[in-house]
Amino acid sequence: MTRRTTWLVVALSVVAGYRLQADVGYERLLNAAREPRNWLLYSGGYSSNRYSALSQVTPANVKNLELKWMYQAAVAGAWQTSPLVVDGIMYLTQRSNDVVALDAKTGRAFWIYRYPLAPDLLVCCGANNRGLAILGNTLFMGTLDAHLVAIDAASGHPLWNVKVADSKAGYSLTLAPLVVKDTVIVGVGGGEYGIRGFVAAYDARTGKETWRFSTIPGPGEAGFESWAPCQPASGTYCDSEAWKHGGGSVWVTGSFDPDLNLTYWGVGNAGPDWNADQRPGDNLYTDSVVALDADTGRLKWHYQFTPHDRYDYDSVQVPILADITWNGGPLKAMLWANRNGNFYVLERATGRFLAGQPFVKVNWMSKFDEHGRPIQTPQPPGMPTWPGNQGGTNWYSPSFSPRTGLFYVSAWENYATVFGGTAVQYQEGRNFGGGVNRPHVPVPGAPAPGLRRGPINNWTEAAATGAVLALDPATGQQKWRFPMTDVTDSGILTTASDLLFTGGREGYFHALDARTGALLWKASLGSQIVSGPITYEVDGKQYVATISGLSLCVFGLRDSIP
Amino acid sequence: MVTLLLFFAAVAGTVQAPEYAPADIAYGAQLYSAQCSTCHGPNGDGVGGVDLRSGSFRSASTDQDLARVITTGVPGTGMVGFKLDPPEVAEVVAYLRNMNTFDAGAVKPGDGARGRMLFEKNQCARCHRVGAEGARVAPDLSEIGTIRSAGSLQRSLLDPNSQMMPINRPVRAVMRDGTVINGRRLNEDTYTVQLIDDHERLRSLNKADLREYTILTTSPMPSYKDTLSSGELADLVAYLLSLKGR
Repeated sequence: MTRRTTWLVVALSVVAGYRLQADVGYERLLNAAREPRNWLLYSGGYSSNRYSALSQVTPANVKNLELKWMYQAAVAGAWQTSPLVVDGIMYLTQRSNDVVALDAKTGRAFWIYRYPLAPDLLVCCGANNRGLAILGNTLFMGTLDAHLVAIDAASGHPLWNVKVADSKAGYSLTLAPLVVKDTVIVGVGGGEYGIRGFVAAYDARTGKETWRFSTIPGPGEAGFESWAPCQPASGTYCDSEAWKHGGGSVWVTGSFDPDLNLTYWGVGNAGPDWNADQRPGDNLYTDSVVALDADTGRLKWHYQFTPHDRYDYDSVQVPILADITWNGGPLKAMLWANRNGNFYVLERATGRFLAGQPFVKVNWMSKFDEHGRPIQTPQPPGMPTWPGNQGGTNWYSPSFSPRTGLFYVSAWENYATVFGGTAVQYQEGRNFGGGVNRPHVPVPGAPAPGLRRGPINNWTEAAATGAVLALDPATGQQKWRFPMTDVTDSGILTTASDLLFTGGREGYFHALDARTGALLWKASLGSQIVSGPITYEVDGKQYVATISGLSLCVFGLRDSIP
Repeated sequence: MVTLLLFFAAVAGTVQAPEYAPADIAYGAQLYSAQCSTCHGPNGDGVGGVDLRSGSFRSASTDQDLARVITTGVPGTGMVGFKLDPPEVAEVVAYLRNMNTFDAGAVKPGDGARGRMLFEKNQCARCHRVGAEGARVAPDLSEIGTIRSAGSLQRSLLDPNSQMMPINRPVRAVMRDGTVINGRRLNEDTYTVQLIDDHERLRSLNKADLREYTILTTSPMPSYKDTLSSGELADLVAYLLSLKGR
């Protein structure tokens, strides 16, 4: 262990009848869908479809949901985590890098582990953490100072702690790790600080690194040619080794196909974010999905959504692995609604592009060529680009229901930015954005959607609106649309009773009919919902959990109503 | 009085120049003269190795960078941070971007006292409130000087539609029983809208209860383009800029 850590046992064995031995073997993770009473991985399973086979709460009785318990965090800020639930115990992270174990039935705490962080952290977009992974009786958490920590699930005691990257250079870990076999896989954030991103695997028992894949290829590696030398020019800055600061962060959890033994990860923006002239070429593997051999980390294939990105269109969306019908035959597909505004269908064994089309207004490209490469149409200086800087969607978990066959995504509609690049020289630990951007709004200086949100929707429909979209993967067409006045950063959960749960910045928690989009129930929780809902079961009762503001809210059916 | 020392020098990159309102540049020049020129000099070359008229700066390339340097300073140098309202910062930036071409002698600053009389003469308080006086149907102006720059205020008077914040848009709601509610929007979500109606009552309406709901993009405020002379306009802007709620 390289750092001093602290831990606090609040109350051990408080609730009789609970066994604080999680014992989640790899077989259980592989077959997570068969035990829907639990939520064992960030997205519910290796296919990442945030779908549950639970069906006690139905379209008919969802109106009888009531608040069962709340848990309130003490630290302000967007709470983006998605909890795990294992045999009646809920494990979750809270800002900045705490881990909490709760009774999933009552919300009472067993223990809190507080990871000590230095006050001078470099994190671009808030002290975020999106969750945990579990294997056996051990929890795994990435930290804002770019460490990976293993924690005993029974006691909250740290077991090992390894440095993943140098936080002084802007590296951080904000994603929930992904356990595959006996390794823990993570990626690094820091795309706004000129990092060179990577995905790395660690031995779950020892913390020893077992493989590492750089999302920015180096000299001699395939893809390095996509980082062409820039030509010095007066009035701008030319970085002859742009690849060393090329970004390619990985800050949202990937997926895993055990049959193909491939793990899939979305890669973030190139650095500098907005001055693409400093980095000629396609800038692989930024804004791509990479398929890596789960045992070695070797690249099997990649698909780049936004070559030579000048809009900060991170491809850090959760890769949804769905087995669908395509042209009359079965297809192992990857479904992807990208920040760049397009919905994609890829063949996940090979990365072959099968389809792509806009799900929101797009004007940075006109069409795809026969290989699935976008024909880009950069807008003239001063003119707006759709979608805007935060994208048509972003990191918010989408969902796929095998029952409806529909893909569900939280979208920002009618949202644009006027982009402008400026020269920026890399300096370790300094912001490496390289841009002067302004939102496209009708009034100069009027508020526009950003990363943060107060109780007043002062940017209004003039700047952007939100929606849940149900897309048919076979056609890319909208099956239905649930419009919201404000934009939404919420993830989406679907269930085997054809319910869809989601939130939004307005603080409403909605239950929709997954087949029609009809509103069936809602609760006003008072603050923005910026995480993915989950569902689980304890003692035969189904619960639905979401986070609004600083409050984790857990709903269940009224006891008096069957 | 603190002195605004801008510690910049040539380097960095090119910036695509945005549009700067003449009124912002003019007020930025006044602020520069009052707070910056002691160190930087009237021509921007008072600090050795620094020429603010060169158009490029050692510690900043974008307007956001300039604003940050002005408000937080540059560690290890004589450039300290200055406590200015956001519009004032924007005005100083506008001036710095236009030092080469701006002719201070051609601009006559407005007179706040005369502007106040114009505010009263034009009955602005029939809709707007300042302190404890005036109506509430239009946005409260008690702190408008800390929110809007000179250029924005001038545009508001000449072309009110162009400067109306979307959240302030007038709304018209018709209840199921035919009751009409007109007001100014304060907040809105998917299911409800909050407003202050034309009788100054706070109302929260469920959209499901409405037969009709319209958001207007036209400001009820008239344009003063043909009503005020350029001098009167400058006076009124000067008065509004003085409203800082303190």
